[in-house]
Amino acid sequence: MTLSIVWFVIVAFFWTGFFVLEGFDFGVGALHKLVGRTDVERRVAINTIGPVWDGNEVWLIVAGAAMFAAFPPWYATWFSALYLALWALLAALIIRGVSFEFRGKFDGTAWRSTWSWTLTIGSVLAPLLIGVGLGDLLVGLPIDADGNFTGTLLDILTPYGLWVGITVLALCLWHGATFLSIRSTGIVLKRSVSLKRSLSIPASLLVIGFGVWTYLVARPGVGGTIALAVPVLATLVAFALVRSEPGAGRAFAATAVAIGGTVAAVFANLYPAVLVSTTDDAYTLTVANSTASSYSLTVMTIVAAVLVPLVLAYQGWTYYVFRARVKGPATPPIAEQAPTG
Amino acid sequence: MDQLDLARIQFASTSIYHFFFVPVTIGLAILVAILHTRWHRSGDPELRRLTRFFGTLMLISISVGAVTGLVQEFQFGMDWSAYSRFVGDVFGAPLAMEGLAAFFLESTFLGLWLFGWNVLPRGVHLFTAWMIPLGACLSALFIIAANSWMQNPRGYTINPDNGRAQLTDIGQVFSNPVFLWGYTHVLLVALIFGGAVLLSVSAWHVRRGNHAPLFRGTAKLGLFVLAVASVLQFPVGGRLGINETNYQPMKIAAAEANWTTCQPCSFSVIQIGGYNQDETPTKIIEIPHLLSILATGTWDGQVQGLSELNTQYNQQYGPGYYVPNVFVQYWSMRAMAYLAVLGFVMGIWGAILLWRRKFEKSRFFLWACTWLILTPFVMATAGWLLTESGRQPWIVQGLMLTSTGLSGSGSAAEVAISLGLVVVLYSTIGVIAAILMVRHARRGLLDEPASSPESTTTGPSVPSLTY
Ligand code: HDD
Ligand code: HEM
Ligand code: HEM
Repeated sequence: MTLSIVWFVIVAFFWTGFFVLEGFDFGVGALHKLVGRTDVERRVAINTIGPVWDGNEVWLIVAGAAMFAAFPPWYATWFSALYLALWALLAALIIRGVSFEFRGKFDGTAWRSTWSWTLTIGSVLAPLLIGVGLGDLLVGLPIDADGNFTGTLLDILTPYGLWVGITVLALCLWHGATFLSIRSTGIVLKRSVSLKRSLSIPASLLVIGFGVWTYLVARPGVGGTIALAVPVLATLVAFALVRSEPGAGRAFAATAVAIGGTVAAVFANLYPAVLVSTTDDAYTLTVANSTASSYSLTVMTIVAAVLVPLVLAYQGWTYYVFRARVKGPATPPIAEQAPTG
Repeated sequence: MDQLDLARIQFASTSIYHFFFVPVTIGLAILVAILHTRWHRSGDPELRRLTRFFGTLMLISISVGAVTGLVQEFQFGMDWSAYSRFVGDVFGAPLAMEGLAAFFLESTFLGLWLFGWNVLPRGVHLFTAWMIPLGACLSALFIIAANSWMQNPRGYTINPDNGRAQLTDIGQVFSNPVFLWGYTHVLLVALIFGGAVLLSVSAWHVRRGNHAPLFRGTAKLGLFVLAVASVLQFPVGGRLGINETNYQPMKIAAAEANWTTCQPCSFSVIQIGGYNQDETPTKIIEIPHLLSILATGTWDGQVQGLSELNTQYNQQYGPGYYVPNVFVQYWSMRAMAYLAVLGFVMGIWGAILLWRRKFEKSRFFLWACTWLILTPFVMATAGWLLTESGRQPWIVQGLMLTSTGLSGSGSAAEVAISLGLVVVLYSTIGVIAAILMVRHARRGLLDEPASSPESTTTGPSVPSLTY
C-alpha cells in the first residue's frame, strides 16, 4: 500500500516534469512564428529547444508507462476512455515531432512554411488535449463497474477539463516566451520579452480561475489547498517578475513552478482517487484498487531509484552544455559564454 | 469489419511501420558511431563529413521512429484495455524500464551529439555518439522482453482475486529463451539494415565515381556487416524455430503447413495449396530431414501436426479453432530465410570482386547493392508476421485470447476513424521521410566544415543552427 502511494507520487512527478520541461517546448513551438518573421529568426527560435525537446518528450512516454506498470487499470481505463482525443493528441505530436527534422531538410519557402504551421498547430493542440484529459480525471467520466467508459466524445469534453486544458496551454505559451527570453538574442529576444508580458495577463487569470474551480470541485483539505496555492502564488510572482528586465531567469523559474504546480495540484487533489467515475462512486478508480502487486512495485522502485537520478543528471548536464544564447548567423559572432573543457 | 478486426489491423500496421525505422536507426547508430570513432582517431576531415552524412540519414529515421513509437506506447491502453488490465503488472514493468533506461538515454544524447559539434570537447562528443546506439539497443531489449512474455509467459501467477497476471519473478522475464534468442535475432536484423543502408548508398556513389575512395570504404564496411550478420542469422533463426517447438508448436507446424505429425520431417522449398486442412498440397523440392533439424535441432526429431495440436488445444482450453493463418506463416518464414541467403551471396560476390580488384568497375554488382536495401524491409515484415500472426488466436499464449483483450469501450466507427488518420499520417510522413533520405543520400557529401554556417558565422560556444 505504501509503495502504491510512492508510485502515485512518481506518476504525478513525471507528469509535472513533463509540463515543466516540454511546456516551454510547446510554447516555443507555438510562438516561433510570432517571435520570428524571417526564416533565420524562426530557426533561431526553434534551435533554442533543438537539443532538448526530444528528451523532454520522453517524460510523457515515461509518465504513461509508469501508469501502465504501477496502476494498470488506471492506464487502461483512462487511455481507452479518451480514445479519439488521444488519437488527436498523437496526430498533434506526430506532425510536431517530424516538423523539427523535416523543416530544415529542404530549402523552399512553401516547404518551410508548411512545417512551421504543423509545428505551431501540434504545439498548441498537444497541451490543450492533455490538459483536458488531466482535468477529466478529477471531475470524472462515466465509468462502469468493469472500468469501461460508457460515454461519447462529448462526455470527454467536460467544462472543467476544458478549463484545465486552456490554462495549461496558456501556461505553456507563457513559459515558452520566458524561456525564449533567456535563450535568444536580438529581435527574437525583443519580441519574446513583449510576448511574455502580454501573455502574463490571460495566463494569470486562467490559473486563478483554475484554483477556484478546482477548490469547488475537489473540496480539498489542507494539503490540497496548499497544493492549489502554490501555482497561484507562483503565477503572481511570475507576473511581477516578467516586468523587470534583469529578472528573466527568475521569471522563468516562476513560470516553471506555475505550470508544474498546476499539474501537480490536479494530482494532489485527485488523491486517493486516480480516476473518478461519475456513474457511481463505487466504480471510482483509486490508488488502492488500481495498484499493481507489491512485488512488481518493489522491482520498479529499485529501477526508478537507480535510473531517475541518472536521467536527471544527464538531462541537467544537457541544459548546462547548451546554456549559451542562440544567435542567428546575421548577428556578430560574440560568444556569450566560453565553452567549458 | 468489427472493432476487433480493425484494432488488429491498426496494431499490426503501426507496429510493422514502427519497425521499419527502428532497425534502420539502431543499425545506422552503430555504424555512425564507428565512423565517428574513426574520425576521432585519425582527425581526417573527410571522415567527419562522412560521419555527418550518414548521421543525417539516421536523424531522419529516428524522428519517424520516435513519433511512431509514441503511438505504440499509447495503443495498448487505447485499443487493448482489457489486455492492459490483465497483463499490466507483468508487462508494464519492462515498458517503464524501457522509457527510463533507454528512451531518455537515446533522445538526450541524440540532442547532445547533434548540437554538440564544435561545442563539446571531442572526446565527450565521441562518447555521446556511442550513447545513441546504446539507448536504441536497450529499448529493443526491453520491448522484445515484453513481447517474448506474450509468446511464452513465465515468472507470473494468476491473482485469484481479480484473475489477472501478476509478476512473481522478474528474472524469469529476462531469462526467457524466447527473449534471449529473439533479442539476438533483432540485433542482427538491425546490423543487416545498417549494413544494407551503408552499402546501398555507398555503392550508388561508387558507381558514379563520387568520392570513390571514401565511399568504397563505407561500401566495404556495409557489405561486411551485412554478410556476417546474415550468416549469423541462420543459426540464431534456427534457435527461434526450436523455441517455437518448445513453447508454441502451432507456429512451427503452420510455418511448414504441416497438418499431420511427422518424424523425420522434410522441408518444402515451395508448396502450392495445402494451407487449409482439406487441400492437398503440391510440394516442389522437398529437403529430407530439414524440418526436423530446424524445429528440434536433431536429425530425425518429431514435429507435431496442426490437426493433432488443435485437438489437443480443444481439450486443454475448450472448444475453438487454434490454428493460425497457415499461408501467412508458410510464406513469411520462407521470405525471411530466402532473402537472408541473398545477403550472404552478395557478401561472397563482393568479396570476390574486391579480391580481383574489380569492385568499382562491376556496375551490375553496384547497381544490385543499391537495390538490395529493399530486402531487409520485406524480411522484417515477414519476421513479425511469423511471430505475431503465428501466436493467434492468442494475444498472450495460452492465457488470453486476442478477442478478449480488446477494449470494452469504443466502437468500430471510432477505430475506423483512427485507422484512417493513421493511414493518412503514416503514408504522408513515410513518403516524405523516404524522399528526404533518398535526396540526401544522392546529394553526397556536403562541403564542410569550410562553409557550414555555425563554424564561420557564430562563435564556437553557440549550438549549431540545425533546424
Ligand atoms: C533482416 C531481417 C531478418 C532476417 C534476415 C531473418 N529474420 Fe527471422 N525475424 C526477423 C527478421 C529477420 C524479425 C522481424 O526481427 C523477427 C520478428 C520477431 C523477432 O524476434 O524477430 C523474426 C522472427 C523470426 C522467427 C519467429 C520467432 C518467434 O516466433 O518468436 C523465426 C522462427 C525466425 N525469425 C527465423 C529466421 C530464420 C531461420 C532466418 C534465416 C536466416 C531468419 N529468421 C532471418
Ligand atoms: C513488445 C512488442 C509487441 C507487442 C507487445 C505486441 C503486441 C501485439 C498486440 C497486442 C497485437 C494485437 C492483437 C493481435 O492481433 O494479436 C499484436 C498483433 C500484431 N503485431 Fe505485435 N506486438 C509487438 C511488437 C510487434 C512489432 C514490432 C511488430 C511488427 C513489426 C508486430 C506485428 C504485429 C502483427 C503483424 C500483428 C497482427 C497479427 C494478426 O492480427 O494476425 N508486433 N501484437
Ligand atoms: C520489436 C519491436 C520494437 C523494437 C525493437 C523497438 C525498438 C525501438 C527503438 C530502438 C526505438 C528508438 C529508435 C527510434 O526512435 O527509431 C524505439 C522508439 C520507440 N518505441 Fe519502439 N520498438 C518496438 C516496438 C515498440 C512497441 C510495441 C512500443 C510500445 C510500447 C514501442 C514504443 C516506442 C516508443 C514510445 C518510442 C519513442 C521513443 C523516443 O521518443 O525516443 N516500440 N523503439
